[in-house]
Amino acid sequence: MLVSEFLDTLSGYDIAGAYWVNLKLTAFAAVLALVLGTALAMMRISPVTSLRWAGTTYVNVVRNMPLTIIMASMILVLWPQLGLTLADDFATNFFRLAVIALAVYHASFVCESIRSGVNTVPVGQAEAARAIGLAFLPAARLVILPQAFRGAIAPLGNTLIALIKNSTVAAAASVPEISVLMREMVENDANFVVPIFLTIAVGFVIIVVPVGVLTTYLSRRLAVSR
Amino acid sequence: MSAQAVLFDTPGPKGRRNIAIGNIVGTVIVLGVLAWALVQMGSKGQFDPAKWAVMVDPETWQFYFLPGLQNTLTAAAYAIVLAMVFGLLFGVGRLASNSVIRGFCGLVVEFFRAVPVLIMMIAGWFSAALLLNIPPEDAPLFGVVAGLTLYNGSVIAELVRSGVHGLPKGQREASLAIGMTRGQSLRSVELPQALIAMLPSLISQFVVILKDTALGYIITYPELLRSARLVGSDAPFPILQAMAVAAVLFIVINFLLSWAAGRLARRFGGRSSGSGKPAPRVGITTGLAGTADTRDETGGN
Repeated sequence: MLVSEFLDTLSGYDIAGAYWVNLKLTAFAAVLALVLGTALAMMRISPVTSLRWAGTTYVNVVRNMPLTIIMASMILVLWPQLGLTLADDFATNFFRLAVIALAVYHASFVCESIRSGVNTVPVGQAEAARAIGLAFLPAARLVILPQAFRGAIAPLGNTLIALIKNSTVAAAASVPEISVLMREMVENDANFVVPIFLTIAVGFVIIVVPVGVLTTYLSRRLAVSR
Repeated sequence: MSAQAVLFDTPGPKGRRNIAIGNIVGTVIVLGVLAWALVQMGSKGQFDPAKWAVMVDPETWQFYFLPGLQNTLTAAAYAIVLAMVFGLLFGVGRLASNSVIRGFCGLVVEFFRAVPVLIMMIAGWFSAALLLNIPPEDAPLFGVVAGLTLYNGSVIAELVRSGVHGLPKGQREASLAIGMTRGQSLRSVELPQALIAMLPSLISQFVVILKDTALGYIITYPELLRSARLVGSDAPFPILQAMAVAAVLFIVINFLLSWAAGRLARRFGGRSSGSGKPAPRVGITTGLAGTADTRDETGGN
């Protein structure tokens, strides 16, 4: 029976383990990207021209560069050529380099999401903050950013979904995640390519759809009513 | 941009002085980071003239970069055309009055948007030779184009749908009033305007397609990134330099595309009653409640 044969094939691989690697990549990269992206967004809305310029340049350069190049550069250039080593054993080192590549890339999208959140804050809020004597940093911290984050949940959620899917690109940094496993599976059992694809694709649907539902719910629930 | 200007007052003398100080500090930090990076590169011998000489050698371009660029552009061109076809087909399908067609198209579109492009590329790559009798040397190209078409076609289908939904209701009502059928109204009144309104988002999506051809590197398609790697794998191993050239090429092409998008949007902006902004969408995986454009949403993948 073909179905049971296929299920036998599946049971020979650690699919859940491979997905777990993707989720770990996503979690670490998401935190780093959020920190870096928020800092970039602050730079881009600050009154200091040089910081604004640096933030804009970063976003424009990184957004127009393929993630695959950043990922490949990590293990072809940064590690062997420039000697950036983040851990003693190979696997951990590659994993950390992949996390950094994902964070560096998605930080530019986080920055743009937060900026679009800042744009949902009415002018009157900033004017009121200035009127009561708040300088740029206190106004940003106390008035603008709290509202901006709530307005940015939907685009941030989309960035998170993109990050989950893009964690497969870590294959270019030799991290043994799900796309590497899938390649191994179809190489060994090429006649099952379609069912293997559907199995792994459905796994992503199961991960991605709840994230989408949750962020949509949160963005409505936490929206600042005006 | 408008919101940025109001976050702070027009600075007075003291504010200007603070900004000047901030500027100096900021510049010093940025330049400091750059200088540190350059010193690090220098200490690892990355400024060895021999490594950079390879980048300006005409033969490097003739045998590596230009063929790689050509393969990248070929894959992108196929994918753009096919994704447009796919997107129009399924976008119109999602607007159909028949609920079975609408539901089916919706399911297909949401499914392919939730699956990573790389997974689809690997599937396409292996099924090409096995199921579709495509010669093995063409299998990587097929994989790249198949993955890009399915994913970006689905995104374009959403753009088409939201573009049509974003038109004023009066457009359809007027065409129905002069005796057109719903199909005629869609084809000759609504779609043309929706396409113009969605032009900026559409071209952003083309940038995504072009960037994502680099994923072909993982499935052995000989595109620009792979050529760069080949350039860097021979003595004097100028891999950093080759990667930099590839990155700059990608950035320049994408900048030109984005710039063209801005021009086109301004040029044609008056010819549509749509706003050019996608209407809020209700798809599950999109989770869009607000203002994100497609670039935000895909993260460029």
